[in-house]
This record gives sequence, C-alpha cells and structure tokens, in this order.
Amino acid sequence: MSSPFVATPRNIKNQRIEQAMKSLFGAMTVMLVIPVMLVLGVLIARGLPVISWEFLFSEPTNGMTAGGVLPALIGTICLVVVALIASVPVGVAAAIYLSEYAKENWLTRLINLAIINLAGVPSIVHALFGVGAFVLFFGFGTSILAASLTLAIMSLPVVIVATRESLQAVPWAYREACWSMGATRWQTIRRVVLPNAVSGILTGVILEVSRTAGETAPIMFTGAAFFLPFLPQSVYDQTMAMSLHLFVVSTQVPDVPDALPYGVALVLIMLVLVMNAASLGLRVYLRGRKRW
Amino acid sequence: MSQTDPIVVRNLSIHYGDDTALSGVNLEIRKNEIFGIIGPAGSGKTSFLRVLNRMDAFVEGMHFAGDVFYNGQNVKQWRNLYSLRRRVGVVFPLPVGLPLSIYENVAFSPRVRGVKDKAELDVIVERCLRRAALWDEVKDRLNALGSLLSGGQQQRLTIARALSQEPELLLLDEFSIAVDPVTTMRIEDVLKELKSEMTIVLVTNLVQQARRLADRTAFFLTGECVEIGDTDALFSGAVKDDRTQQYLEGRFG
Repeated sequence: MSSPFVATPRNIKNQRIEQAMKSLFGAMTVMLVIPVMLVLGVLIARGLPVISWEFLFSEPTNGMTAGGVLPALIGTICLVVVALIASVPVGVAAAIYLSEYAKENWLTRLINLAIINLAGVPSIVHALFGVGAFVLFFGFGTSILAASLTLAIMSLPVVIVATRESLQAVPWAYREACWSMGATRWQTIRRVVLPNAVSGILTGVILEVSRTAGETAPIMFTGAAFFLPFLPQSVYDQTMAMSLHLFVVSTQVPDVPDALPYGVALVLIMLVLVMNAASLGLRVYLRGRKRW
Repeated sequence: MSQTDPIVVRNLSIHYGDDTALSGVNLEIRKNEIFGIIGPAGSGKTSFLRVLNRMDAFVEGMHFAGDVFYNGQNVKQWRNLYSLRRRVGVVFPLPVGLPLSIYENVAFSPRVRGVKDKAELDVIVERCLRRAALWDEVKDRLNALGSLLSGGQQQRLTIARALSQEPELLLLDEFSIAVDPVTTMRIEDVLKELKSEMTIVLVTNLVQQARRLADRTAFFLTGECVEIGDTDALFSGAVKDDRTQQYLEGRFG
C-alpha cells in the first residue's frame, strides 16, 4: 500500500483541474472589469476638463452648445424621487403580501409570473403605456408626474423581487416561533421579519433608483423636455433630464463642442455611482447589525 | 372522558396532503402531569404536538380529522387561534433565539398581548429567566442578541420565552437534541418544578428522558399510538405490546 503522504495521480489531476478552474473564473472576472474601467477612463479623460461648479450649477446656453446642466440634473433627481415615492410603498407592500400572507396556489403563481414578465417588458413599451395611461387617460399631460409614474411602473417588479428575496432570507424558524406564541402575522413582520430584511430591501431599492436615473425611453414621451432652461415648479411641469439631455447633445444639436457630451455623461454616471456608493455604505452599516 | 382533563384527543388522524402521519389516536392528558411521548423518527410525535395548539396551520397541506378538546373546547372550532396559542408554550427541537435582545426575546409575548409598562415587563423578564435557569448567566447583558447565545443558553431562552406566555400547557419537542448533557439536566430539573403550575407534554426520542420525567408515557410508532401507560409501570415490565417492550429495551428505534 502506498504511503498516505504521497499524492496519487488522481490527487494531482484534481489539483490541476482546481487550478485551471480558478484561473478561468479569475480571467472572466478580469474581462468583466475591463469594459467598466475603459468606459470610466474615457469618460473621465474626456469629460473631466468640462466639469466645474459652473457646469453643474448653470443652464445650457447658445442652443445647448455651451453652459451647464443644472435643469437636467435637478430634473433627473425630481423624476427619481417622485418615482421612488410612488413605487416603494406599493412594491414593498405587495412583496410582504406575496411573501408573508399569500398561500401557494395558481393565483399567486400567476401573479409571480406577471411580475417576472413585467420586468422583461422593454422600456419603450412602458413609455407607450405611460403616454396612454398617465399623459392622456389620467390627463397629467407630459409632466414629471406622468414620467415618474411610468418609471415607477417599470421599477415595481425589481422592488418587489428584491423585497421578497430579502424577506425570504429571514429564517422560517423565527416566524414559527413567533406565531406559536400567538403573535399575528403582522406582529411577527413588524417586530422580527422586517427589521432583519430592511438592509436587503434598501439595497435593492437604491440599486433600482440608480437604474431609473439613467432610463431615457420611458421619460422621452411622458415628461422629459428637449430644452427647457427653467427649473420645474411642480410635478405637473415638464423637465429636462440628464439621460435625454445626453442623447440630445450627442446627436440632435449641431456644433456641440466634442467634450460637452462626455461631461454630461460623466455627471450622469457620477450621480449613479454616488447612489451605488450610498447603497454599499448602507449595506455595510446594516450588516454590522446583522442579528444571526 | 373526564371533563377536567385539559387535553382530550378522540380518533385523531393527521395528514400531509394524501400522506397519513398519524391515525386513530385516543388519549387524555391530565392536569399538572408530564405526559411523555416516545417513538422513533417519523412516528408522528411532532405532528401530534402541532395539532394541539393548531400549528398545523403553519404547514402547507397539513390537516387533521377527529377531535382535540382543550379544556373541553374543540380546537377545530376555536374562533380566535391567537388566544389558543397564547395559552400554550412551545419549545422546538432546535433552539430559536429570536434576532432580538435577550430582554426583548422574553418580553416579546407580553408585548404582543399588550403589556406596555416597563416595570411590569422587567418583572416578567427576570422571573422567566430565573425560572429557566438562565438569569445568572445573562443578567449583565440583557441587551445582547439572543440569537448569539450558545445553543444550550438559547434553548433555555426559548423556555423562558414560553414561560413568559404564562402558559397552561407547555409543549416540548425533543428539546435536548441540540443541548449539552449538563444543560439538559438543568432543564429537566426546571420542568419538574414547572409541573406544579402547568401541564407538560414532552416529546422525546430519548427513552431514558421519558423515564426520568414523565408521569405517563405514550409510545408512537409509524403513525399509530401503540400504548399508553404509567411510566413506572411501563419500565418495570407492565407492557401490553411487544413492540413497546422492544423499543424500551433499545432493540430498534
């Protein structure tokens, strides 16, 4: 019998495969990082010279070939905030119902299927729905309200799925322990389930927000304006938005300096990165308080 | 059937979908006794406990036929199940320290039933932790997380939580499965004391634990209640069914 301390051919082969797989997965990760770095690198190299406080806090001038992005920046923030106010309460409540109350039957399966399909609907279709429903039927006109509600409908499935996943990550045993003491479902949710799911929910919501900020199609026909050098006064006003503004200065306006679109893109991506960083920070903070 | 027996079970059968977990069970559990239920895995012991305070509702597809009377009232016709469950303490096999502080773990049930006064809660928490033989170990860190205690401590925390319900009936489902022997003996001592105040149903797969604690013992096997008898009598050979004898002797199970 061979010594137990000598590697057999099978051991050596396994180790080689282990090394190969590790290298393969590592290489794929590097390939994933390269495009992100390139995009950021190009944007920073070309766009950074344009950016200044004045660029951030002034209006576009000279037929959008000069000046800053303030109305678009404010517009995007308004759109996102209103969309958030509309989608988060509905999405979280629906997810709580689906995760904590609904029984597993054909109806809940149908609802889950509908949610997944809603997430797969192309954004231009959401845009047309927004025009039909909010702009025309409800008579909001092309406005922040109509555009935000369209964005909200679009982000609902993501909010619902993220919330449901976070709720389901709370161990089942906690629920049974609470119910067995005579706690109602709501008492259990409020005291035990939600406090432990909130970090996941917030993360999902913030990631969704950052995605919403970059959407163009859904707001194009519902509330975003081509050029509107004023700040919005109410949710019934139209507004400029960063994503549409980038599209406009890149393709629709003649004689734009080369660097300007890069500057706009850099501001937009910075906005998204700031939100993602906030999400990351929040997650780290809440994980520090993880309870099991 | 004596009207005073807190639990009377008549022709109970329990099913999961089309599968039968337990059938044809008739028994009474007397006031202030420890009623032991022994039997190998899959014999229907846990399913039986679940029906007693209607925890069957938590399991998709679980349903039962027959009658279970709790203080003379049929649990099937109980109008508000929360009020039934509040009277029944449950201890599960694996300790479940809720992800709350030790204090809030024990205060959970009183809070749920509407106790708000801090002083009153303090009294309840201390009393229950003392009774569960945990107070001395945790009194200086009541704000630490209950879910981070050791397994044995969490199980005593679970018992303290069950006691905070001021239960008339305490259901224990193989409570010592994840607990060290020393803690097990401490909990067993606690149970002997609690007997004077409440009725205890002890499901265990440790035959000797039933022998130490139970006044009467039932033997469940593959969904059937084979035999019920005084624990002392069963262990001194007054057994009617061969299978019970074999199980008690450790020849299977």
